[in-house]
Amino acid sequence: MTTLLEVSGVSVTFDGFRAINNLSVQFAEAELRAIIGPNGAGKTTFMDIVTGKTRPDEGRVIWGERNISLLGLSESQIAQEGIGRKFQKPTVFEDQTVRQNLAMALKNPRGPFAVILHRKTAQNAARIEDIAEETGLSDQLTRTAGELSHGQKQWLEIGMLLAQDPRLLLVDEPAAGMTVEEREKTTDILRRAAETRAVVVVEHDMEFVRRLNCKVTVLHEGSVLAEGSLDHVTSDKTVIDVYLGRSDA
Amino acid sequence: MRKSFIAENPSVLWFLLALSGFTLGVVVLSEAGGVAVLSTSFVKTLGKTLCLCLIAVAMDVVWGYCGILSLGHFAFFGIGGYAIGMWLMYARTETIVLESLASQVIPPTPQEISDAIGNQIFGVVGSSEFPAIWAFADSLFLQLAMVVLVPGLLALVFGWLAFRSRVTGVYLSILTQAMTLALALYLFQNDSGLRGNNGLSGLQNIPGFESTPQATISIVFFLASAFALGAGYVFFAWLLSGKMGSVVKGIRDNEARVRFLGYNVESYKLLIFTVTAIISGIAGALYYPQAGIINPGEIAPIASIYLAVWVAIGGRGRLYGAVIGAAVVSLLSSWFTGGGAPDINLGFYTIQWTDWWLVLLGLSFVAVTLFFPKGIGGLFDYLVRKQP
Repeated sequence: MTTLLEVSGVSVTFDGFRAINNLSVQFAEAELRAIIGPNGAGKTTFMDIVTGKTRPDEGRVIWGERNISLLGLSESQIAQEGIGRKFQKPTVFEDQTVRQNLAMALKNPRGPFAVILHRKTAQNAARIEDIAEETGLSDQLTRTAGELSHGQKQWLEIGMLLAQDPRLLLVDEPAAGMTVEEREKTTDILRRAAETRAVVVVEHDMEFVRRLNCKVTVLHEGSVLAEGSLDHVTSDKTVIDVYLGRSDA
Repeated sequence: MRKSFIAENPSVLWFLLALSGFTLGVVVLSEAGGVAVLSTSFVKTLGKTLCLCLIAVAMDVVWGYCGILSLGHFAFFGIGGYAIGMWLMYARTETIVLESLASQVIPPTPQEISDAIGNQIFGVVGSSEFPAIWAFADSLFLQLAMVVLVPGLLALVFGWLAFRSRVTGVYLSILTQAMTLALALYLFQNDSGLRGNNGLSGLQNIPGFESTPQATISIVFFLASAFALGAGYVFFAWLLSGKMGSVVKGIRDNEARVRFLGYNVESYKLLIFTVTAIISGIAGALYYPQAGIINPGEIAPIASIYLAVWVAIGGRGRLYGAVIGAAVVSLLSSWFTGGGAPDINLGFYTIQWTDWWLVLLGLSFVAVTLFFPKGIGGLFDYLVRKQP
């Protein structure tokens, strides 16, 4: 498999605290990957760097087959390159309907004038229906997003990511605050998405990671501690020491 | 399947009907219309109110929809007023000067005419030279272009600098207020080239229409203001009707999310900021010929704060709310401060509304913010919901 995203030798320091320390990690096309690690391991900072929110002090972030450096791009340019990001807290536009939320995310020209002149098309409407179907929101399209349940909001946000049609999805703790059935459904959605694109899930919850059944990267103090299957990393002595030993998960 | 713009936005139709009805009523009842129930000065007040409604709509778009609490839009309004005022004053003074010089035996040279006009306009600040910014004052067309270009360019440059640096929230408000204050202080100076604190006056006299009674002129400006308000309202309603409205409201509610969806938030903000500044300039250009005078005090930051208060009381995030807020509060304001409201004698103290109106306004602002965050416009939600 070809490499989609390559992060190499990246470090970032906040007020003397080294959040990311010489981190190197690669993601292939169409893979599902879980990133785990204790609090402060740098999981969210890693996402911030890849999506352009935080500039690293050193290192390279190389994207796609044309080997573009993401470090010179703005958040919106990186998103247009094909990297979608889901926040930890469900972040949808609560004032607007589910359909409007999805329509805004759909892959279309992003410039202001193109958006002003944008008119609804049957093709876009069909795409919205598909995504709603995929995320189980078909009968919620006309509802205001603020009225949705917590789990539905999470699915809507994942649906918005899918609507962007990204090549890489970064998903921050999707299962937080979900019921058991909701988690199962979320797992299904993510596994299906990973068939056609790379999906990287940052997660605390070991049960959820086990259900994803994918390659796992363990972060600790801003760099990779171990990588491999969940069984492999959980039997690793250093991982047990730094993570499992202190976690109740 | 696809509904028309009006069908999707019924409030636009209702607004246009209400505005047309109101306009027709005023024209019929005015002195020019024959019934003469409404005095010319009251028609001017109503016409000015329509201009204030237009800038309130612009403010609602930039603040209520896009979440940028600009305290600078009245500066753009004032710039529009100054731009048209320069032509009005120049052209009228020129007419007067030519009349007075016509009786001379030797025909005056162009230089003498120019000096005489300069003396008339700038004598009050001890000068007779035409400053460079008056270079186009003799051309109505160019000054009309200034009404649009100057606020637009100022907003574009200011917005580009501010948004690019990701200045948001209260910091941006302070920055816009600083811009407004700086502009007002500059204009207060005698050597600013715009007659310092005297401002521009006599703007109600339209050159070329000296023999037309003010009753007629007032109605013409009233109609023009009504048309501008209607057109501005429809324009913004259209602009924000589709996906653009979604993105703009998204920026207000969660800027970061919009950015990670791939939208360049800064260019959207810049577009909204600039377009609303231009509309504010147009509103000002229609307002000041009806007011007759413009001076730097009009641009003071407090004016832009009032503007935010109107929009908040009327209801943010809905265009008709801004219109209602601006109309109700500004008309009440002139009623209270103009001595229209009777004093209340409490025995030990007499409440004089000229002094106490601001207290009342302040209290209503606090009350609206705390108890009716949707403002007066929020009442319409109850009406709509009651229907089966």
